[in-house]
Amino acid sequence: MISIKGLKKSFDQLEVLKGLDLEIDKGKVVVIIGPSGSGKTTFLRCLNVLETPTEGKISIGGQQIDFSAKVSPKLISSFRRLTGMVFQGYNLFPHMTALENVMEGPVTVKKETKVKARQKAAFFLEKVGLSDKVDFYPFQLSGGQQQRVGIARALAMEPEVMLFDEPTSALDPELVGEVLKVMKDLANEGMTMVVVTHEMRFAQEAADEVIFMDGGFIVERGAPDNIFSNPTADRTKQFLRMIQ
Amino acid sequence: MYLNNILADPERLARLIEIAQNSVVPLLQGAIFYTIPLTLISFVCGLGLAVLTALARISDVKILQIIARIYVSAIRGTPLLVQLFILFYGLPTIGITLDPWPSAIIGFSLNVGAYASEIIRAAILSIPKGQWEAGFSIGMSRRQALRRIIIPQAARVSIPPLSNTFISLVKDTSLASMILLTEMFRRAQEIATTNYEFLLLYTEAALIYWVICFILSIAQGRIENRLDRYVSR
Ligand SMILES: Nc1ncnc2c1ncn2[C@@H]1O[C@H](COP(=O)(O)OP(=O)(O)OP(=O)(O)O)[C@@H](O)[C@H]1O
Ligand SMILES: [Mg+2]
Repeated sequence: MISIKGLKKSFDQLEVLKGLDLEIDKGKVVVIIGPSGSGKTTFLRCLNVLETPTEGKISIGGQQIDFSAKVSPKLISSFRRLTGMVFQGYNLFPHMTALENVMEGPVTVKKETKVKARQKAAFFLEKVGLSDKVDFYPFQLSGGQQQRVGIARALAMEPEVMLFDEPTSALDPELVGEVLKVMKDLANEGMTMVVVTHEMRFAQEAADEVIFMDGGFIVERGAPDNIFSNPTADRTKQFLRMIQ
Repeated sequence: MYLNNILADPERLARLIEIAQNSVVPLLQGAIFYTIPLTLISFVCGLGLAVLTALARISDVKILQIIARIYVSAIRGTPLLVQLFILFYGLPTIGITLDPWPSAIIGFSLNVGAYASEIIRAAILSIPKGQWEAGFSIGMSRRQALRRIIIPQAARVSIPPLSNTFISLVKDTSLASMILLTEMFRRAQEIATTNYEFLLLYTEAALIYWVICFILSIAQGRIENRLDRYVSR
């Protein structure tokens, strides 16, 4: 499903991703952990092409971009539609209701009719458990509800892969569960997911694979049980001791 | 002292009241047929120009950026009265003769365009980067994100300062009196030169401007309240 080869990203002088190689099979859930500044967000943003990698190839569901050459904006936007992004700070559109937030992609980007898009948006909002909030504006929703709208908005574009960047880290602890539940449901339905999170419970229960990133490299990867109970790299051990 | 003199002289008082009564209608006509339409037309044209200029400033086409910058800088760096004089008294020298109305509309529109473009540009830049990215992440192009996500939010942010521009414009239109447009203030001048009651007529004109601006500021408050409905925090 996803294949990444030699992915590098620099900001001016600073090299943040130093050559990542990764294959992810369809339907797998991959959790990325790692210390602050290790490049996790940058990696996800490269997959969604919100950042243009400096070098490397990414292919998703048969479409490939080689970033060593110049890439046209058109290719970027069609490539972007293969992935759905869920942001740490939700980034909902504040001037639209929950329903309108979710309809926006289908109507404006996919040019679907309003009627069809509205049905679709209602369907995805129901999926994330927000059928009773369709006409609410973001400021009328709790953080957990806003994040679930964010997930529905991404799902409405019917991406091949869902990307989550610390989706629960801005939430009050009592709201984390409702978002994780939605994510677990998605995982169980066979959605391919790449999730940056420090929620170890989620990693243990839902991930097929855990990747530990540090200093712009993938240091270690493996099944959640292996990574959490028998990490091999010293840096992984250190990091796990710190967060547990 | 002025007041004492008047009150001590019933004939003078009667004359002033008569002048005031007789001049109200022409002044109001000046407001209704000149000041207000001039303000409205110039504001609408200026706003269109302002949006284009703001978009040029934030586009990645260098030449558009430069043209927009020069335009804004030139308008903001020169007095409005001088701009109006160039249009009305200056251009005929090179064979372009404009009547008072078109000169005034062009002058005020260019002025609003420059000032409002800065307001709109600042409003666009004030929308968090995450809003653009959320748009991009669902596959929008820059243009789509601008139209659907950024402009609607920027419009809300820019309404209070744009209302101020509008209210200033109402008062600035009095400068059109200098290029022979018989708007309200010019009428006050004309009437005053026949009866020498300058204080009375200019005060009367000032009161009418004040009433118009007062009504507008009430409307401004209402609009802002309505727009606050969807704003978080
Ligand atoms: N737009 C940018 N311009 C310059 N440097 C950047 C930019 N974005 C990220 N960086 C730098 O890249 C490095 C990696 O950042 P990134 O946000 O990917 O880390 P992260 O692993 O997501 O960290 P965190 O756990 O704190 O979210 C950091 O040193 C950061 O300062
Ligand atoms: Mg991050």
